[in-house]
Amino acid sequence: MNTKVSIAGVKLKNPVMTASGTFGSGMEYAEMTDLNRLGAIVTKGVADKPWPGNPTPRVAEVYGGMLNAIGLQNPGVDVFIERDLAFLKDYDVPVIVNVCGHTVEEYCAVVERLNDAPVAMYEINVSCPNVKQGALAFGQDAKVLEETTKAIRAVAKKPVIMKLSPNVTSIKDMALAAEAGGADAVSLINTLIGMKIDIEKQTFVLANKTGGFSGPAVKPVALRMVYDVAQAVQIPVIGMGGIASGEDAIEFLLAGATAVSVGTMNFIDPQTTAKVTDGIEAYMKRHKVSDIKELIGAVH
Amino acid sequence: MKRKEKAEILSQEELAPGIWSLWLKSSMAAEARPGQFVGVYPKDGSRLLMRPISICDVDEEKTALRLVYRAGGNGTKEISSYKKGEKVDLLGVLGNGYDLSKMQGRKVILLGGGIGIPPMLYLAKELEYSGVHTNTVLGYANADLFLKADFDKVSDFVYVATMDGSVGTKGTVIDALNDGFIMADMLCACGPMPMLRAVKQYAQEQGMRAYISLEERMACGVGACLGCVTKTKEPDEHTHVNNTRICVEGPVFDASVVDI
Ligand SMILES: Cc1cc2nc3c(=O)[nH]c(=O)nc-3n(C[C@H](O)[C@H](O)[C@H](O)COP(=O)(O)OP(=O)(O)OC[C@H]3O[C@@H](n4cnc5c(N)ncnc54)[C@H](O)[C@@H]3O)c2cc1C
Ligand SMILES: Cc1cc2nc3c(=O)[nH]c(=O)nc-3n(C[C@H](O)[C@H](O)[C@H](O)COP(=O)(O)O)c2cc1C
Ligand code: FES
Repeated sequence: MNTKVSIAGVKLKNPVMTASGTFGSGMEYAEMTDLNRLGAIVTKGVADKPWPGNPTPRVAEVYGGMLNAIGLQNPGVDVFIERDLAFLKDYDVPVIVNVCGHTVEEYCAVVERLNDAPVAMYEINVSCPNVKQGALAFGQDAKVLEETTKAIRAVAKKPVIMKLSPNVTSIKDMALAAEAGGADAVSLINTLIGMKIDIEKQTFVLANKTGGFSGPAVKPVALRMVYDVAQAVQIPVIGMGGIASGEDAIEFLLAGATAVSVGTMNFIDPQTTAKVTDGIEAYMKRHKVSDIKELIGAVH
Repeated sequence: MKRKEKAEILSQEELAPGIWSLWLKSSMAAEARPGQFVGVYPKDGSRLLMRPISICDVDEEKTALRLVYRAGGNGTKEISSYKKGEKVDLLGVLGNGYDLSKMQGRKVILLGGGIGIPPMLYLAKELEYSGVHTNTVLGYANADLFLKADFDKVSDFVYVATMDGSVGTKGTVIDALNDGFIMADMLCACGPMPMLRAVKQYAQEQGMRAYISLEERMACGVGACLGCVTKTKEPDEHTHVNNTRICVEGPVFDASVVDI
């Protein structure tokens, strides 16, 4: 049975990766799950300098999911290289670094700094709903997204994945813009913008008022978007949004995703990625699928 | 080693209206330290996130953990409905806990306010075991003095403050502290934020060291999501900004280090 897939020439032993921001850089979960079983690790968004993030409360529970407004707190790319990438070197797993910035120059600075580091790919977060200026703006205007992708592609020595926001009228148009700008792959969805109000205090639960909605409740929305995008672009699609089981992952593969990411569910069960991988294999056995590629986009 | 594991409920009882005591058989009991906590997962899939609850006591012989919690919202209400023999998913053991070595040879005051009372019991017990004398001040809303009898067994003196004045000093633990009968050279406190701010200020004025246990909304509990930070005076070693993770570097902090 073959579960290997490849994205822009990078080989993954299986299609199951972590979603950025939900797994740290693997360090926090290394004692609770076998990192070597992952198809790839996608690390928490990193910028050229340390970012302090938003005030608290930063997280809230909502029906079947959660809201977060972390605001991309991160220690900056220098610490990330020295500590996190050094830690990951001991594992046999491709590292995809999620990159954030306020300006195109900032994105490019991080990518250039990482070009000679042990990194398999970049995932460019142009879709974080939680930082005031920038970020999401790059991901909500097709022209800007294409130009941003071009600029990053020009300096990147590794494949570039553009991570798309669901908070747009047509995510298909955004995916096409990323492809036109030279993206090697797209990943989706980032979080949906949501809100929760404390009716006793008559105030917002999150200090940021709004936050990114994720978890099992968003899966149908994510799946529809992955399907639309996979229909439209030639480049590989990485699907995510609420994946909790092998069956969920199979849905995304059938909709056209080449790989999938597990996000929020890592918090609920640190073994989720392993269970998703086992579930995919069990499904393949049950359906006598010898190569996982047969499943990709097979919905009809 | 942190892990997610099933634990069997040995008993569950209501100590006071809405305040529940839960004994769980769990291998985590062998690793727990005072001040640490576990995450309890509700079973209802609409409520995904673990509820962080402090370890209130440990029974080493039975390898059991005691959690005392307020059934306030829907998750903790669900947890309070579990019966003896049922299994529940725990994530643990989480957090740093108190460093008891820093308390050797000191006179320590333990301050617990409301639902901040439970973790102080395990601390009082372990301090007594290591020969450290403690005075305890417990702050309650009214005359429902949950856990007070347990403190009487392990702490030299137990003072009580009640908001309605029905028992002990009328007011908060800080009012009891300001009454001035209690002398010590170190404070350990858990309770609502205004109380912790007052403890921090009190310790500063008296030139005492204070360890306080902080609370924040959590998603992962293991340092991965950066949801649960507190402001710190100096940039923190892990995050390199003035925001430290409560679930890993805390929940117990030297009060002079945090900016609350
Ligand atoms: C380190 C730590 C130790 C704690 N120890 C205890 C304890 O020993 N006993 C006790 O009664 N309570 C304790 N708490 C508070 C307890 O976690 C919350 O009361 C509980 O999570 C509320 O859940 P709910 O289902 O009642 O409320 P809901 O409103 O259903 O909760 C919704 C979400 O908000 C979170 N949340 C709500 N209130 C709080 C809060 N005050 N702190 C953190 N998260 C919150 C919940 O975890 C959940 O994710 C502790 C909190 C922390 C951070
Ligand atoms: C706490 C948290 C932090 C996140 N941080 C990032 C981030 O730094 N960069 C990013 O591109 N996406 C981030 N995301 C979005 C996830 O990677 C993912 O796209 C989204 O949560 C949907 O997947 P899920 O439903 O499986 O969680 C974050 C999500 C959560 C819940
Ligand atoms: S709860 Fe995720 S970092 Fe503390």
